[in-house]
Amino acid sequence: MEASLIVDNGATERTLNPYVTGTSVIGMKYKDGVIFAADTGGSYGSTLRYKSVERIKPIGKHSILGASGEISDFQEILRYLDELILNDNMWDDGNSLGPKEIHNYLTRVMYNRRNKFDPLFNSLVVGGVKNGQKYLGMVSMIGTHFEDNHVATGFGNHLARPLLRAEWREDLSFEEAVKLMEKCLLVLLYRDRSAINKFQIAKITEEGVTISQPYALKTNWGFSAFQNPSKGAEGSW
Amino acid sequence: MFRNQYDTDVTTWSPAGRLFQVEYAMEAVKQGAAAVGLRSTSHVVLATVNKATSDLSSYQKKVFKVDDHIGVAISGLTADGRVLSRYLRNECINHAFVYESPLPVSRLVVRLADKAQVCTQRSWKRPYGVGLLVAGLDETGAHLYYNCPSGNYFEYQAFAIGSRSQAAKTFLERRFESFNNYSRDELIKDAVFAIKETLQGEKLTSAICTVAILGKDEAFHLIDQKIIQEIIDSIEIKEDAPAEQAPEQDEAGSSGAAPMDI
Repeated sequence: MEASLIVDNGATERTLNPYVTGTSVIGMKYKDGVIFAADTGGSYGSTLRYKSVERIKPIGKHSILGASGEISDFQEILRYLDELILNDNMWDDGNSLGPKEIHNYLTRVMYNRRNKFDPLFNSLVVGGVKNGQKYLGMVSMIGTHFEDNHVATGFGNHLARPLLRAEWREDLSFEEAVKLMEKCLLVLLYRDRSAINKFQIAKITEEGVTISQPYALKTNWGFSAFQNPSKGAEGSW
Repeated sequence: MFRNQYDTDVTTWSPAGRLFQVEYAMEAVKQGAAAVGLRSTSHVVLATVNKATSDLSSYQKKVFKVDDHIGVAISGLTADGRVLSRYLRNECINHAFVYESPLPVSRLVVRLADKAQVCTQRSWKRPYGVGLLVAGLDETGAHLYYNCPSGNYFEYQAFAIGSRSQAAKTFLERRFESFNNYSRDELIKDAVFAIKETLQGEKLTSAICTVAILGKDEAFHLIDQKIIQEIIDSIEIKEDAPAEQAPEQDEAGSSGAAPMDI
């Protein structure tokens, strides 16, 4: 394949790098449904530029979508899904798109964009409950997709998933699930430089979606080793 | 129906507001061999009469699996029916590929109806000369639809199309109210009986009928000829026994089942 076919008349109109990005999203199934958590930060490179970005959104009656990566691409995806849900509702025939369908649709979209060398720079987490069935899945920017009992994007894969693998159970109550989520979020807050201390927890059950107002976690920086950081080596930091 | 000056092409209205070409297409459906469909809350059964053009040939295929959860039986121009079945299969596969879930039956039926309607409004096309009984199961339950060449579609508890289908319809009209509670086997039996009604005296054997079923935990499939023969035999036994006891009743029944002879 010639390079010119990708470039298209010399004008490059494809995403080369992400600009405004969101960091990890973590999600897991619990007793009554599925729970997601993400911070509300939008970074512009190393600058924590936007601090009230909602990165978890409800989709239709049965699903929620969380995204990390390029925020504008996430907004584009929300537009696609909005159209999809609208057309689905217009049928008004008792059938509705559930989380499985949304997950698969998004997989097709991401994979097709990747094939055109014009990806949507996002890692997506889709979850929901339909007819008593809980569903949780992930789609990456190259179209890799899978389902699991707990998922995470970005740094969450390395910092949160080990905690979830150790402590997740099928029958967690909502309170237990939130505590486990907050444990993961705290680790991410300490260790991920793009994370900010302002989180939203979203839950979806058969009854519907609830996305909490943003709130902060209590952090502890009073470690004695932080008192005199250059004690062992003068002149260092 | 007689020839008139408004029936040359499908894009000409008659003064009475009719499209004769569309109505002639519906006539083609009535000439085809009979097909019946019945539905309960959990299963749908389709049955057709297999007519062969001569003793030397085999019969034409009239029942098609569209997807695990949808099947169709056709009556009329079988070539048109085959083409439409291919379209239906394609729609189901495309939906399953994008959404990893079965296409809801009502949405498939609307697409088919819209496709048929196009042929009633283009001067360079002709209406499809085939009626389709679409049987399907989705999350809203079991469904049976009838798609006309006119582009209309209707949902039914039970229906029959094709030649001598009125006999089957009369039989079904007597019993349809209890179909929702029928078991799977009772539904198959009534479908076979309805086919028997359309034959009007001709011997019913499993060689001349095709029966297919789909249900909640049962993908669409054709029922084995041996099992159909067993069902036919069990129907025959039930009929022979009362015939010996009350011959007058039996005659009244058979004359009631052949209104087309009038």
